[in-house]
Amino acid sequence: MTIASPDIIDLLAGITAGSALDRIRAQRPEAREQAQKSFLALFQPTDFGDVSAAERHAVASFVAGLHRQPDIFEFYISPFEERGTDRWLIEVIKAEIGAGRAKGPYGHYPDGPLRGENEAGPLYQVSPASREALGPKLSAALEHAHLLVFHLRDASPQALQVLLDAGWTTTGVVTLSQLVSFVAFQIRVIAGLAVLSTAAKRAAA
Amino acid sequence: MTEHAITPTVDNPPVTFTQAEIGWTPWLQPLAEEDLTERHIKGLVEAARAKSPYFRLLVRDPEVLEARTKTDKDIFYNTRLGLPRAERELAATAASRYNGCIFCASVHSRFASHHSKRGGDVQKLLDEGVEADLGERWNAIVAASVALTATPPIFGEEHVSRLSAAGLDELEIADVIHGAAFFNWANRLMLSLGEPTPAN
Repeated sequence: MTIASPDIIDLLAGITAGSALDRIRAQRPEAREQAQKSFLALFQPTDFGDVSAAERHAVASFVAGLHRQPDIFEFYISPFEERGTDRWLIEVIKAEIGAGRAKGPYGHYPDGPLRGENEAGPLYQVSPASREALGPKLSAALEHAHLLVFHLRDASPQALQVLLDAGWTTTGVVTLSQLVSFVAFQIRVIAGLAVLSTAAKRAAA
Repeated sequence: MTEHAITPTVDNPPVTFTQAEIGWTPWLQPLAEEDLTERHIKGLVEAARAKSPYFRLLVRDPEVLEARTKTDKDIFYNTRLGLPRAERELAATAASRYNGCIFCASVHSRFASHHSKRGGDVQKLLDEGVEADLGERWNAIVAASVALTATPPIFGEEHVSRLSAAGLDELEIADVIHGAAFFNWANRLMLSLGEPTPAN
């Protein structure tokens, strides 16, 4: 059971009722409502299917950490803080965020004239100690999330096969891909609107 | 039982950014049209989308697809107020060009050209990349979309000031933000769940 959740983008972008940004978001009521419904469908679904709540929050906090968004990281990691037995997981994810930091987008284009725009960047792998702690399924998810966050144009059927071999189902991979991609969207709306909000307040002052 | 990814053989794949009507083929098995239930049809939002392998793949998680589709439609099609459609599509194209999604860029560059009647400038963005000179208003929209697409994002008050100087009000700037942000969702799905195929 879920009590009515606050609007997460408003919460994390610091948008308060009656503010300039609140009025702007009200002009796109369906986008506002459906972005929230996307969040709920990913993090509070009626049926978690092939992806557990812990896997969803672990991957989302990893994605937020790679984007260097401390508040959004904190938001997604918080369920683990409430349970003392999960503290190890927070430490492991923090360590992996530190190891996975990069600047994107980088990666390779298909053979052809765009090869001149290829950009090299790190190929992240979960450390052996973290892999031991997280298990193969979640480790594979973090590695795939890193690919999607920073060098999406390097994606391949082989990368999906790695997930399937690690215990993901086809439907689970769809949910995982949506989750990483949704958080990449959500982070940018929050970051963008937070900047706009600051600029609007300055202009009004 | 372990499932398998699909490795399609694509002859003459698109290897440059183009406004042509190219296709897309999945790397994971979509649901079969005959297996779609009421729940799936609702997730597709438009019944016609059952013809698309992309949507029949995403509909494996119908609630997420439904909310995503409705988010998309309001960001791009709700044009009673705010940024003209052409410039929302420009933001989508700039994000796709910068991330390197040839398929997404093809669709949204066509929309940008159609709505702006500036096909030559749109093609310049595809050919030269996000540094192309498209005139200050479009340059400001492209630069803001790229800064938001950078990972981590580097969008700052200087981008807001530049958009504002180019004549965009706050709602229009919010539309640029949403258009570029949404393609950071779409690009990741399109690039990682399949690949482009040539125009017929």
